[in-house]
Amino acid sequence: MSGAGDRFDAVVVGAGPAGATAALVLARAGCSVCLLERGPFPGSKNMYGGVVYPRVLDELLPAWWEEAPVQRWVTRRATMALTATQAFTVDFRTTSWATPPYNGATAFRPDFDAWLAGKAVDAGAVLLASTTATGLLRDERSGAVCGVRTDRPDGDLRAPVVVACDGVNSFLAKDAGLHRPVDPANYTLGAKEVLALDRRIIEERFALGEGQGADFEIIGGTEGIPGGAFLYTNLDSLAVGVVVRLPELAASGRRPEQLIATLKAHPAIAPLVAGGDLIEYSAHLIPEGGLRMMPRLVGDGILVAGDAAALCLAAGIWLEGVNFAVASGAAAGAAVAEALAAGDTSRRGLAGYRTRLERSFVLADHRKLRHAPHFVLSERVQHRYPQLVCNLAEAMFTVTNPAPKVGARRALRREARRLGLRTRHLAHDAWRALRTFG
Amino acid sequence: MTTTPETRPLPGGPTTGSRRPPANPPAAVSFEDRMATVEFRVAPSPHITVDGDACRGCTTKACVTACPANLFVPTADGGILFNYEQCFECGTCYLVCNTAGAITWTYPDGGHGVVFLRS
Repeated sequence: MSGAGDRFDAVVVGAGPAGATAALVLARAGCSVCLLERGPFPGSKNMYGGVVYPRVLDELLPAWWEEAPVQRWVTRRATMALTATQAFTVDFRTTSWATPPYNGATAFRPDFDAWLAGKAVDAGAVLLASTTATGLLRDERSGAVCGVRTDRPDGDLRAPVVVACDGVNSFLAKDAGLHRPVDPANYTLGAKEVLALDRRIIEERFALGEGQGADFEIIGGTEGIPGGAFLYTNLDSLAVGVVVRLPELAASGRRPEQLIATLKAHPAIAPLVAGGDLIEYSAHLIPEGGLRMMPRLVGDGILVAGDAAALCLAAGIWLEGVNFAVASGAAAGAAVAEALAAGDTSRRGLAGYRTRLERSFVLADHRKLRHAPHFVLSERVQHRYPQLVCNLAEAMFTVTNPAPKVGARRALRREARRLGLRTRHLAHDAWRALRTFG
Repeated sequence: MTTTPETRPLPGGPTTGSRRPPANPPAAVSFEDRMATVEFRVAPSPHITVDGDACRGCTTKACVTACPANLFVPTADGGILFNYEQCFECGTCYLVCNTAGAITWTYPDGGHGVVFLRS
């Protein structure tokens, strides 16, 4: 299998983590593969909410940690519930995440994605940067996808298979008819500020060892708009931002940077970000709907991976995406190589992709957590439980002498009643949480 | 196979952004200074078009506040002015738009548009 001129065994559109991994696997399998990137370099269009979990690379790139361009190794993971004046934080730290193979890392996507795409190039993939795929080419007789049109002069690229890793807006998967009608409620907008801060100040302020990082995931910090917020440490900067569901953002009349400003002014956040100078503002959509919004993953001559396939996991306590992109790209690459060897790149010939995803964590986690996105963005979880847990903590820890202590059960009953939460709500949601995350 | 990442000249559009933060930004950064922290390689032609007639009948104009780059400006006659140059290419505008066909959105030509460096 070898390509000549504008013909390849496979064209991979998008050199993010899904596309780079698909191209890497295909090139290693001996296939000629063209990796298209519309930005001037891989990663230049990409931003995210902060943490990469690269253990997914263990098999593909052993000892990846020795060379992956990370900012900090996350050793401190906190979940905060905020009200306007209170904060309740579950703060976990472990030394086991500070040594290889680590757990999560903060990284700049323009660095990380370019590094991963470089691995595909080293393996023999042809990277075409600064090139936008403008549509699919189809075989006149069968209607199967047989390449992409690009914005270069004479820019048609022909291949029996196209792997669409073209991100959350995936015009190619939509062009192929693989997506259902788009529902804005399945999308959130992430908006982020990167704030320059001296690395020693970061390590003192967040109580971190050298090179270690903190990741704070926040609920209740978005002015009542369903979503969440985050704060994490890079080497010489902090990143702080909000993630908000589109319809409610639009209805609120609030601007994304106003939401970030409100978050940064919160009494529990302000001291952490004080003195940080804005060095980059960014925004990106996130496909948060999980299984509910997932397109068909395979068509004749085409498969879809990464954000383009909505394979981002937004499950409240687990917020992952890059690892899902990598794993889906790897599965796509392997399935395409298999289909090419068998000489069948129809939907049936490419069906191994779905089988591989079913066997991996990609669809297993999405299936297990299929109720999570909806549950996490529900009214009680977004508004009343952050308030409840904060009020309860305040009731428990405020010493009201000379009055005697209230006791936990009575305090819970009292605070729940104040928030209009009935026992059946609590029982129902406790059961839902168990079913969702258990 | 060797790689040829750039077989045509790099887009030569003006770079409106800067890799350096503005010197001593004030406590509350102006929106202009905020956007000046982002590098944009502006394409010669817009990748988004807005149908002014469709917008004049729109009562919500959700794009105006939801766009993180603040690119949509309502005009006195009820239409929308749109500036594509500092677009994050996120897609929020067409997803929150409730008037079919009012916003036509594609990706900019290869090599143009936003370039993130620290995201």
